Amino acid sequence: MKPSASARHSTDEAAQPRMVRLVDAERARLTFRLDGAPATAQEGDTILTAVLTARRYLVESACGEGKRAGFCLMGACQECWVTVDGTRARACNTLVIAGMSVATGGHFTGG
Amino acid sequence: MADPAIAIVGAGPAGIRAAEALSQHGLSAILIDEAPKGGGQIYRQPPDSFQRAASGRYGFEARKASALHRTIQRLATAIDYRPSTLAWNVCDGRLDTLCAGRGESVVFDILIIATGAMDRLLPLPGWTLPGVYALGGAQIALKYQGCAIGRRTVFLGTGPLLYLVAYQYAKAGAEIEAVLDVNPAHAKRRALFGLASSPRTLAKGIYYRTWLGAHGIAVEEGVTPMGIAGTDEVREVRYRRGSVEKSVRCDAVGLGFGLKAETQLADLAGCRFRFDRESRQWLPERNSDGESSVSGVYLAGDGAGIGGADAAELWGERVGLSIAARCGRRRDASRIATIDRRLALLARFRAGLERAFPLPMHGSRLSDDTILCRCEAIRVGQVKEAIRAFDVVEMNRMKAITRVGMGRCQGRMCGLAAAELLATETQQDLAAVGRLRGQPPIKPLPMPWPSAP
Repeated sequence: MKPSASARHSTDEAAQPRMVRLVDAERARLTFRLDGAPATAQEGDTILTAVLTARRYLVESACGEGKRAGFCLMGACQECWVTVDGTRARACNTLVIAGMSVATGGHFTGG
Repeated sequence: MADPAIAIVGAGPAGIRAAEALSQHGLSAILIDEAPKGGGQIYRQPPDSFQRAASGRYGFEARKASALHRTIQRLATAIDYRPSTLAWNVCDGRLDTLCAGRGESVVFDILIIATGAMDRLLPLPGWTLPGVYALGGAQIALKYQGCAIGRRTVFLGTGPLLYLVAYQYAKAGAEIEAVLDVNPAHAKRRALFGLASSPRTLAKGIYYRTWLGAHGIAVEEGVTPMGIAGTDEVREVRYRRGSVEKSVRCDAVGLGFGLKAETQLADLAGCRFRFDRESRQWLPERNSDGESSVSGVYLAGDGAGIGGADAAELWGERVGLSIAARCGRRRDASRIATIDRRLALLARFRAGLERAFPLPMHGSRLSDDTILCRCEAIRVGQVKEAIRAFDVVEMNRMKAITRVGMGRCQGRMCGLAAAELLATETQQDLAAVGRLRGQPPIKPLPMPWPSAP
């Protein structure tokens, strides 16, 4: 799904999700829960991909220093911890499974 | 004598080839890997639902990637292969692992550490803004998830990966605003002599660079990055070229200055480290058999110093052959000689690359309000103040006082810059400030672990 020229120069950038699907962009859909609301992912999406192809941010920084959207994507920086079905997990290397419940807000309150 | 229990950590090019060589000599190993599929970061395999052919995903390296994937697929049923498993500690001949919430200890007589590399990063003003990703992370977004990190991307930093990832993004249809290399073209030309020892790799590098130019993508070399600007997210990259200040609008930045070895397990295993001037990193020592200073602990691949994927495959095999000989198998002297010759050639090439793409020095000249530690948002000025107030001259003391390196990443992101800063502030040699001690668990663990089903 290549962004069109008009989308690229849109002034309303804030309304668009952060990441763009470029390759294998149409795969089977699955539904999960994101912060309590129904959400859609594609089969094989990590939680990070599913969230950032729908939103611009992933979590709040652990020390209240602003929003974060992941960084290293290889399990090293530890900036993408979320809560999955009550257990903490890194969003960058946890695949979305149908029906799972992801909470992005509670990452530093335990979980 | 019974065969020893052998454990390998890391199923990238080095770990897989080590397991293969052992298996060919009738030795079985436990192969532990954090990823669900083998290949490491460089040859990382996407989840099953992705259809894109290997030629698109791995480019010129597709043949090597596919060969490695076939090997791990074959080995998976022949050996004790444990994917999706984190080795989070090593102590007294025992690895502590965690898989799907279940902890398990793995006892070994011989350990091969093949933990690979990650991006070598330096802080910049604004590098914590959403939209800034490590360069290797930007590549993983594409090859593992089919995604670009944004709509208009700037690639900033240095090293061969900078051009490769920009090329891969452009080929996949992403919009690239600029490729900004902190190293000037003349440094690369000077280093060509060393690079010429591996003409094929050199040719690929030139190809990517030329391809980008031919496709109208702005490539600027010899820039000084000034910062990444934006309020809630990335809006532009500011830099200087000569005396001219410039900026480029974007909503994503791929940031990286080469690669850095992941050495935490080698540290916990008690391996002796040496300071490597070329890469400005502390690295575990190893002999020509790949054995560390600790008997029975071997090092293979980028985790013992950056050599690239080809060298990692060779080191993996080399270590496997060393161990086979140690276990009484026939020593394959001619194959060992061939591998050693190739490794020597690749080492010359690597030295040339380090000269062509050295780490820039801006790490020691950061403004006081630049965030140094991403985990805990500790700024350069605060660290400088603490260094002065507490007469800090050593890294672990600095960690104790400032918490730099104590956050969740354990200094993986900021450690290098923190050492440069401490060395500069105290007018010491970089080697003299020491290195952050590794601590188990080497990555955060979810606690409490859910009980086993």
